[in-house]
Amino acid sequence: MKKRYLVFFILLFVNQIFSQEIFLEKDGYVSFFSHSLVEDIKADNNQVLSIVDTKTGEISIQLLMRSFLFKKALMQQHFNESYVESHKYPKAIFKGYILNLKELNSENSETVIKGILAVHGNDKEISVRAKVEITDGHINISGDFMVEVATFDIKIPSVVRNNIAKIIKVTFNLQHAPYN
Amino acid sequence: MRNLLLYVFIFAFSGHLYSQNLDEILEKESPKKTNDVLGTFNGTRILNGHSIETRDKGILEFMISHRFDRINTGFDQLFGLDDSNIRFGFEYAFSKDLTVALGRSSFEKTFDGYVKYRLLKQKSGEDPFPFSLTLFGSATEETIKNYNPENKPTFKERLVYTSQVLLAKKLNPNVSLQLTPTYIHFNTVPTTDDPNDVYALGFGTRIKISKRVSVNGEYYLTLNSFESVNTKNSIAFGVDIETGGHIFQLVLTNSRSMIEKGFIAETTGDFANGDIHFGFNISRAFQVNKSKYDQKLY
Repeated sequence: MKKRYLVFFILLFVNQIFSQEIFLEKDGYVSFFSHSLVEDIKADNNQVLSIVDTKTGEISIQLLMRSFLFKKALMQQHFNESYVESHKYPKAIFKGYILNLKELNSENSETVIKGILAVHGNDKEISVRAKVEITDGHINISGDFMVEVATFDIKIPSVVRNNIAKIIKVTFNLQHAPYN
Repeated sequence: MRNLLLYVFIFAFSGHLYSQNLDEILEKESPKKTNDVLGTFNGTRILNGHSIETRDKGILEFMISHRFDRINTGFDQLFGLDDSNIRFGFEYAFSKDLTVALGRSSFEKTFDGYVKYRLLKQKSGEDPFPFSLTLFGSATEETIKNYNPENKPTFKERLVYTSQVLLAKKLNPNVSLQLTPTYIHFNTVPTTDDPNDVYALGFGTRIKISKRVSVNGEYYLTLNSFESVNTKNSIAFGVDIETGGHIFQLVLTNSRSMIEKGFIAETTGDFANGDIHFGFNISRAFQVNKSKYDQKLY
């Protein structure tokens, strides 16, 4: 009888440890870059939150639009007030899965992350090539992808149509540490 | 055997009982933020008068203000378009809270200089704050040679000081209101019946009609005014359009002057009688110095 209880508790304990393996990044990096003949626009966000569950390959990323920093203060103001309307849609959220997470190692670190990106109240399913490196307990995910501005219903006034590219490049670098 | 099966069943589900939803963890770990409310007004002016807004650090704003003559001067004067007054100003933001400016108006050839300081900002988020408060102080010097050369007034005699407390609240994304108590001191006044100190209360509003266009209104109630001149309270209506680095404001007002002491204390136009000046303000912002973001990186 006692042996049964012991087995019960051991198995219960073991199950907690291996039911999830969560890794968290609190100061992740995401930037976007627009190139046009008139000017280049770049903004950096160093306060990206990202979380990965290595058991399921699930990844969830959140960032505040207000945390994007621009070189030109006026650009940052217009970005928040008129383009992405951060008072209405304060966050950009990505929820998805890292494919083949369990098969990744130092030689084979390229994979695809698939999921839904929600920006400015609009959702888009994206598939992004990323590099996933696992080094002493940390999971580093980095890469870049192109996205069409119009997809998220971000309106560019005709006056500045030549200043902002229709397709912009988004770069990310997220270093996750074990969470608990 | 049945017990063992039961235990296995429990283990299979206990993992899910204690597992945390990823989103819940993110919610727990995300920093609680308080943000300054942005864009109470599109730019630094409501129409004639100042709004609580200032520019960000390192920005030089070039401001051209223009008022035509009165519409009721008739077809002969092309409804006022034949004559006009302008002011141009250079307004520099030393920080996002402090702006210093110099300007010159053609009306009475007046130079003006001002300092504008954002004392309090309306905030939303974790620690909200209900309104914005900006302090404004200016000194103006009329230089028009409208005196007898034997009786030339001194520099000091023609100085006028204006101080204002600008109080504004963004009620919702589309409507903002501002209250502007004003105190103006004239070193010299036309007659002994006129007060050297004029007090006024300004009311301003902005109603957004699209992402970049708003309709603005302004009214300055003078609590005491000049006796020797039939002065009226300043009224202004207009449209505010923001495009990229420019802000265009089209205005209809009974005031000829574009500086505080002028439109608040010296307006003589009767709006209802057609003493209306059509005019515009154009502002262009240039980033002349690196913002603090740049300085942090390099």
